[in-house]
Amino acid sequence: MALKHIEEYRDAEISKHLIAKIKAASKRNIRLMEVCGTHTVSIFRSGIRSLLPETLSLLSGPGCPVCVTDQREIDTFIELARLDEVIVTTFGDLMRVPGSYSSLQKERAEGSDIRVVYSTFDALEVAQKHPDKKVVFLGVGFETTAPTIAASIMQAAQKKVDNYSVISAHKLVPPALDTLMSTEDVHLDGFLLPGHVSVIIGLNAYRPFFDTYQIPCVVAGFEPADILQSINMLVQMIETKTPSLENAYPRAVSSKGNTKAQKMLQDIFEPSDACWRGIGLIAQSGLKIRSEFEAYDAEKQFDIQVPDPKIPKGCACGEILTGKKSPPDCKLYRKICTPTDPVGPCMVSTEGTCAAYYRYTG
Amino acid sequence: MRRTIGIRGDEGKVTEVGRRIIPYLDIRTDNLMKTDKILLDHGSGGKISHRLTTDIMLPIFNNPILSELNDGAIFSLEGVRLAFSTDSYTVDPIFFPGGNIGDLAINGTVNDIAMCGGDPVYLSAGLLIEEGFSMEDLERILNEMGNAAEKAGVSVVTGDTKVVPKGALDKIFINTSGIGLIVPDIDIACHNAKPGDQIILSGTIADHGITILTQREGFSFESTLTSDTAPLNHMVKDMLATSPHIHVLRDPTRGGVGTALNEIAEKSQIGIKIYEDKIPLKKEVAAACELLGFDPLYLANEGKLLAFVPAKDTDAVLKTMSANPYGLDAAVIGEVIKNHLGKVVMETRIGGSRIVDMLAGEQLPRIC
Repeated sequence: MALKHIEEYRDAEISKHLIAKIKAASKRNIRLMEVCGTHTVSIFRSGIRSLLPETLSLLSGPGCPVCVTDQREIDTFIELARLDEVIVTTFGDLMRVPGSYSSLQKERAEGSDIRVVYSTFDALEVAQKHPDKKVVFLGVGFETTAPTIAASIMQAAQKKVDNYSVISAHKLVPPALDTLMSTEDVHLDGFLLPGHVSVIIGLNAYRPFFDTYQIPCVVAGFEPADILQSINMLVQMIETKTPSLENAYPRAVSSKGNTKAQKMLQDIFEPSDACWRGIGLIAQSGLKIRSEFEAYDAEKQFDIQVPDPKIPKGCACGEILTGKKSPPDCKLYRKICTPTDPVGPCMVSTEGTCAAYYRYTG
Repeated sequence: MRRTIGIRGDEGKVTEVGRRIIPYLDIRTDNLMKTDKILLDHGSGGKISHRLTTDIMLPIFNNPILSELNDGAIFSLEGVRLAFSTDSYTVDPIFFPGGNIGDLAINGTVNDIAMCGGDPVYLSAGLLIEEGFSMEDLERILNEMGNAAEKAGVSVVTGDTKVVPKGALDKIFINTSGIGLIVPDIDIACHNAKPGDQIILSGTIADHGITILTQREGFSFESTLTSDTAPLNHMVKDMLATSPHIHVLRDPTRGGVGTALNEIAEKSQIGIKIYEDKIPLKKEVAAACELLGFDPLYLANEGKLLAFVPAKDTDAVLKTMSANPYGLDAAVIGEVIKNHLGKVVMETRIGGSRIVDMLAGEQLPRIC
């Protein structure tokens, strides 16, 4: 990660210049969606919303991995954690997400062995240190994190670590964009496409989507100036009615993406239908572990059954994830649903739209 | 079509799963986070900790000294004003770059007393040790406590040691309490911030929090960072000699600067405005926070303080702090304002504005 570049992209002068350009160009009322949760947080943390003209609405999309994880999947994770022989390893932000009746955090307090790890290789190490236990990694996330999870399975196979497995609840971004565009009541004028995901899949991965819908799309980086530059490009395209698919993050994203990571994904996973929280089933929008690697597929290794999920009444996470509503439009927001007592996942994850609204807008 | 992950039974018919029967919760009446078990969040120093203190502990121990909820208790005995504070220390790992659980335990209580405007004199130390703990490590910790006490100019005058069976606790926990005389003619408390006060921060933030995180097992982040653990009582004494009009002192430990400022804004019923580009932050700490998705405003400091100072005294206090080894990077980071009552607003580097809210619970590393 090119951390040394961060300062310059935050530069106040560049940002002020870009804001002036956006203000001068923006005439129509337009709705832009930032697909990625990291964008949502960066936009709030840098105060970009307070600087944009009123003509622009920024909506947060289904790009927070925790937020789109289906409740049934969360319930399944919890059931896995309850098994005596299992150590569950997970990225931290899943801990607090409420399932139908519990959360991983509560299960840990009840005595389940649940460990927060920073990388899949740490999970693999846990497996090697505890040969008497079955170590399951909760594979949640998009194209960004899936290759590292694929790599851990490859390494487990090479090193013959037979007590390691992954439950794959991965989601793919392009099919979700397609679903958004074909959903009724979703009115969008342009997309800020996710930078991290695009590093892996490349700009070309969005070409079929763009060709179908001819909607302005810009792959954006994460510093305030990156985001403002991308918004500026979108506004120019919309005002001049010249939609195109552009890359405003060329220092990290190429046309073809990271082909090595893509190959690793293809070797381990195959596309499958997946359920997205708040959106529903999207064809070929998930990844399942190929049968050659079923020894590392927790879904095959454990027979976990969960009842129908209990979806909280009144929670508008689904409409928020698809840009139909903003958090303040939800009846529960700030009244019943807060970061201390979250009802839906959008309030739990640091990258969730509701949590970002709550934290940064007061 | 692939079924949703892990679902193999007839949907809706399964009522008993695994080894436990699943109780259904009605989300409208019994929120999931209202738990019958203590979670790590209860000790995070954020909103959930706060609620444990105010909802459960305050009503039981109800008294006017406690309900001030300062870093320590402030009261008079026989006409002498005293500050009294206690804190328990548990840290993983117990030895970390820049410090260990021993000096942390001394410095933490020394600082809590100093933040009440007190001059710490005597400390107690209670040790809870796990059976099988290394004698060499214990001696090392005790030596570090001795060194820290000497540096701070305090004496450990009473103590207690308990050993518990292996597994009953993790290695060693330490409790320290301390007592100190409050410098005459000063009135320092969390509720004393006044509009117009300038807010001084004594140095870079989040050094301790990130150092501890990078030392934990399973986190291979190479860094040269060290904890900032330090006794601040001498600097505070000099500050109070420079200006007896300081309104609030606070060491932003657990919960960080963001949480400390929110508590002050709420208790003083004032608004706070801070400036992102004025907050001292090491590049390496900023980089680690970027990687993990952490906000340095909420990470712990163990040798930093926030001072709310009337505008006319600010330059002098800043000068005094800058002359102290623990205040070299001291900077004015913001001011008390009349609007946004009870809230903290921040002007961002690019000129935008946003709220700095109190953290709910522990910060958790994000997925991507």
